[in-house]
Amino acid sequence: MSETAIPLRAPRSLRLPPAGLVLAWAVIGLVLAWAIAPGLFAWQSPLQGVSGSQLAEPSAAHWLGTDGLGRDMYARVVYGARESLLGACLAVTVGLSFGTLLGLVAGARGGLVDAAMMRLVDTLLAIPSLLLSLSVIILLGFGSINAAFAVGCVSIAHFARLSRTEVLRVRRAEYVEAAFGSGGRFGAVLWRHVLPNAMTSVLALAALQFGSAILALATLGFLGYGAPPPTPEWGLLIAEGRDFLASAWWLTCAPGVVVVLVVLSAERISRSIGARRT
Amino acid sequence: MDSAVRLNPAATAASGTPLLAVEDLAIRYVSGGASRRVVEDVSFSIAPGEVVALVGESGSGKTTTAQAVLGLLPANGMIERGAIRLDGTDITGWSDRRLSALRGTRMSLIPQDPTTSLNPVRTVGSQIAEILQIHGERDRGRIRARVLELLARVGLEPAEMRAQQYPHQLSGGMRQRVLIAIAVALRPGLIVADEPTSALDVTVQRRVLDLLDDLRREDGTAVLLVTHDLGVAADRADRVVVLRQGRIQEAGPVRQVLAAPRSDYARQLLADAPSLATPRARPAVPATAGVMLKVAGLTQTYPVVGERGRVFRAADDVSFEVRAGTTHALVGESGSGKTTTARCIAGFLRPTSGTVEVGGTDVARLSGEQLRQFRHKVQLVFQNPFASLDPRQTIGQIVEEPLRNFDPVPKAEREHRVRAMIGRVGLPDSVLGRPPAALSGGQRQRVAIARALVLKPRVVVLDEAVSALDVTVQARILELLDELQRELGLTYVFVSHDLAVVRLIADTVSVMRAGQVVESGPVETVFHAPAHDYTRDLIAAIPGGGGAAGKAAQ
Amino acid sequence: MTRQVAQKLGQALLVLLAAFTVAFVLLQALPGDAVLIKFLGSEMGLTAEQIAELRIAYGADAPVWEQYLHTLGNFLRGDFGYSIRSGVPVAQLLAENLPSTLWLALLALTAACLLALVLALLSQLEGFGWVRGLARSMPSLFVAVPVFWLGIMLIQVFSFQLGLVSVIAPEPWEELVLPVATLAVPISAPMAQVLIRNIDAVFGEPFVAVARAKGARHQWVLWRHVFRNALPATLTMAGVLFGELLGGAVVTETVFGLGGLGGMTQQAVANQDVAVLQAIVVLSAFAFVAISLLIDLLMPLLDPRLALRPAGAS
Repeated sequence: MSETAIPLRAPRSLRLPPAGLVLAWAVIGLVLAWAIAPGLFAWQSPLQGVSGSQLAEPSAAHWLGTDGLGRDMYARVVYGARESLLGACLAVTVGLSFGTLLGLVAGARGGLVDAAMMRLVDTLLAIPSLLLSLSVIILLGFGSINAAFAVGCVSIAHFARLSRTEVLRVRRAEYVEAAFGSGGRFGAVLWRHVLPNAMTSVLALAALQFGSAILALATLGFLGYGAPPPTPEWGLLIAEGRDFLASAWWLTCAPGVVVVLVVLSAERISRSIGARRT
Repeated sequence: MDSAVRLNPAATAASGTPLLAVEDLAIRYVSGGASRRVVEDVSFSIAPGEVVALVGESGSGKTTTAQAVLGLLPANGMIERGAIRLDGTDITGWSDRRLSALRGTRMSLIPQDPTTSLNPVRTVGSQIAEILQIHGERDRGRIRARVLELLARVGLEPAEMRAQQYPHQLSGGMRQRVLIAIAVALRPGLIVADEPTSALDVTVQRRVLDLLDDLRREDGTAVLLVTHDLGVAADRADRVVVLRQGRIQEAGPVRQVLAAPRSDYARQLLADAPSLATPRARPAVPATAGVMLKVAGLTQTYPVVGERGRVFRAADDVSFEVRAGTTHALVGESGSGKTTTARCIAGFLRPTSGTVEVGGTDVARLSGEQLRQFRHKVQLVFQNPFASLDPRQTIGQIVEEPLRNFDPVPKAEREHRVRAMIGRVGLPDSVLGRPPAALSGGQRQRVAIARALVLKPRVVVLDEAVSALDVTVQARILELLDELQRELGLTYVFVSHDLAVVRLIADTVSVMRAGQVVESGPVETVFHAPAHDYTRDLIAAIPGGGGAAGKAAQ
Repeated sequence: MTRQVAQKLGQALLVLLAAFTVAFVLLQALPGDAVLIKFLGSEMGLTAEQIAELRIAYGADAPVWEQYLHTLGNFLRGDFGYSIRSGVPVAQLLAENLPSTLWLALLALTAACLLALVLALLSQLEGFGWVRGLARSMPSLFVAVPVFWLGIMLIQVFSFQLGLVSVIAPEPWEELVLPVATLAVPISAPMAQVLIRNIDAVFGEPFVAVARAKGARHQWVLWRHVFRNALPATLTMAGVLFGELLGGAVVTETVFGLGGLGGMTQQAVANQDVAVLQAIVVLSAFAFVAISLLIDLLMPLLDPRLALRPAGAS
């Protein structure tokens, strides 16, 4: 605040972003590239095994070794990105659009609508998320799209609750009152002030939920409710590797590490978005 | 050595050595890779039993200096050079362990905001007892007796009951008394009082400062009084140190500095302090001016939570008239109903009963589109310029927005009007593309005023619009408001807790308490011949009152 | 005071009823006829009459709202229906499988609380900047680890590589130690995060500055002021995490091949055995609501500002 302040170095905004954040974006970027053009990164087939090279240890030919059918693990992990990211995107889209709409309406309208919607959200939060998504899967049947949809449904409650809180916070802000005071109509004020100021936190949650969705999808895949074999899906890869736990550690290790890295990166990016909230 | 300190706290009142000596102090803050110096070359001393005031505006380094004395700088602050001598011993390099033996026993703190300065989950009594326990008292009976004695001493009775209460059960003034009890518990030689009453109402402020004065006199304690209010310093201090942007501008006995300030800044501060300034003569209101605003029987009630049938009267039968082109002030302490009244006038609240006529229309009956159209006529300027501007808009967008809400104005015309208005409130064109965060508090309040005036309203309601600003900034905004009123023929409703400010800007005033108007009339009449006890109380509580009266007499 | 308790109780019951309704809609009303799904597709060669009899036996021929009231009434009496697959009463299945899962969950919750506490304390260590940094970054890592993968890795390392925990004919403690660790790690992460964030926030409060000005040192301030104030939000968090705990237990049991709700759930989903899943869903919602209510009612003891009726006048 003081103007005598003697800046020694350039202010924060001009400096490079922290290394962790750069790394996080790099990981997400790489995995996205895997999902879009897996053929550019992996030369071997993810589905066709090479007989005679089953359960090979990681080597120059097979960076992450091969599985019980002689399929290249690296190729399977790279191709698996498509399945996981697509599923996570779908899940976040479902949660973000329905949840935000719900929260927005509840927060903006208030009263009975708000009370009813929030009781519904409470209810959804009272059911463990895994059981809720299993219920949706029973209804829709197994499969990767259905699993993604189920995971998305579960996150609706989280998005609804957060966006409602944010809308209420912004609505109470003096600048919103001032906007009404200068003759703003309800819609205009909502559009110009409430939405942009409430969205930052919601976006941060979306990034976080992207990571959680990948975790949840992997769990469903592991339990066998997601994509059917032989589709390369990260959760399924780990499940398949379980049979060779004693002999081939790389089968379970590699896909798990990839999942951890992607989820960590999503969390880091989410934090950087959240920090920008004013 | 520690035990010696503990047993004999006031042993070193030997003549000659000052109790506290700050020498060439320089303090630097490091945050996010940037580093800035906030205190530079600050030197002063305090003799035993003396009250020294550190006076300055925000960013002056006064609080930082006080924190450094206690060894309680934030983690990112560090003392670059200089010495802080307590009884001749330099304590700047001391470890936290050694300093903590001094804190509480030799020097203690009265903090700024009593509402957040007590631990909410522990009783008041246990928080007073704590200072005794920290410094080695183990005997429960003795602790209890001392706690009750201290509570009684700061006027919190019955002490037994108070000791068992939690902070949220006490008012702000009572909490500050608890904090004073803690500060004096071990009879330290020095009390650092950091804006001890800024968060309190004026009348409470006076009683709390009186209490502190009495206690320190009895114990012979020295006080380092940190304040932004030259009036408080004038009333309470022996000597004053004026700080600006981390450097000392002027220091000396309080009388001398007030009567003949040597530095430009001290002169400026003195001229701008409302409590010390001589009121400017306001132009006489032409007798022909019609009534612009008429409030009659305005009442706003709220149901009391948990008690059926009982209502809380936030505003109770409030009536007054304001003539066009004049300023009417609503003055009162917190809970007086002044803000409720102001919000009813601006159309933000619909009164339970009563009328608010602006130029013939009753605001209280408007709703929907009519109310929206009415906002052309009446605008509200909020207290906090940091909260009332959308952080995501640019200044240009903020000032332009009201124009977009009404009849379509061509873009070029809008831009022209925005530029003209920004220039009119004294801001350069270059701010138009900036976000509010890039502006200072005073500049932001100018933007808020520009936004209110761009619709060419007839009445502007200013809700504590200058209270959050530094004195010198506040003085400039008051000048601006004055100019705008004369040029544009505006009618102001000026809501404030500060009677001294009101005297500078208002023509007429209503003094409010507990929702009711206790006294109303021309400002000078109310000031010189207050009819109501409460008004007299308020006037007497203005800090620097003695000094101002003395000056007026000269 | 009793009125407020009653109000909270009423709200809890309402949420519970709503949870039952959601489960009913998802599992019973929307999929249509579980009996048809089960028997029509199967190769049991049942005649149309036999199926019709079965439908009447399972009450599947009644209108939806009647089924709803009927099922609700049964649930209230503790009758959760019959497993469509095995014909065994669901209540009996629950009685067999619930205790081991509860035991696992309880142990894991305790371990998670301890882990979160240790991380929070390490995050406040004076000196040792790197320990503080490490303790602060652990929670992010912990949440990012898939539960099932962690379990597999633990088996890999402790059983196969180091041979510390036997997988063949394990002792009772051996059987539980890895599952508990697997389950505790991801649950501890959000708790540790909230605790650390709150402790940091409370350290910035003015009353901490006052405590330090009294002469209190770091440890004193941490234990007597900061901790008490940081705890309530963490406790709430622990309640919210209960759902995650149950879900995690299901996965963990699958990984370690333990009997319990996990296996039961998996079987139910694989066989579209909706009655079983419905009972599990409603039961876990009940547990969640009960725990939230308990925490809600305990909160005033921790924070006097939430006391239902303040004692004495202000």
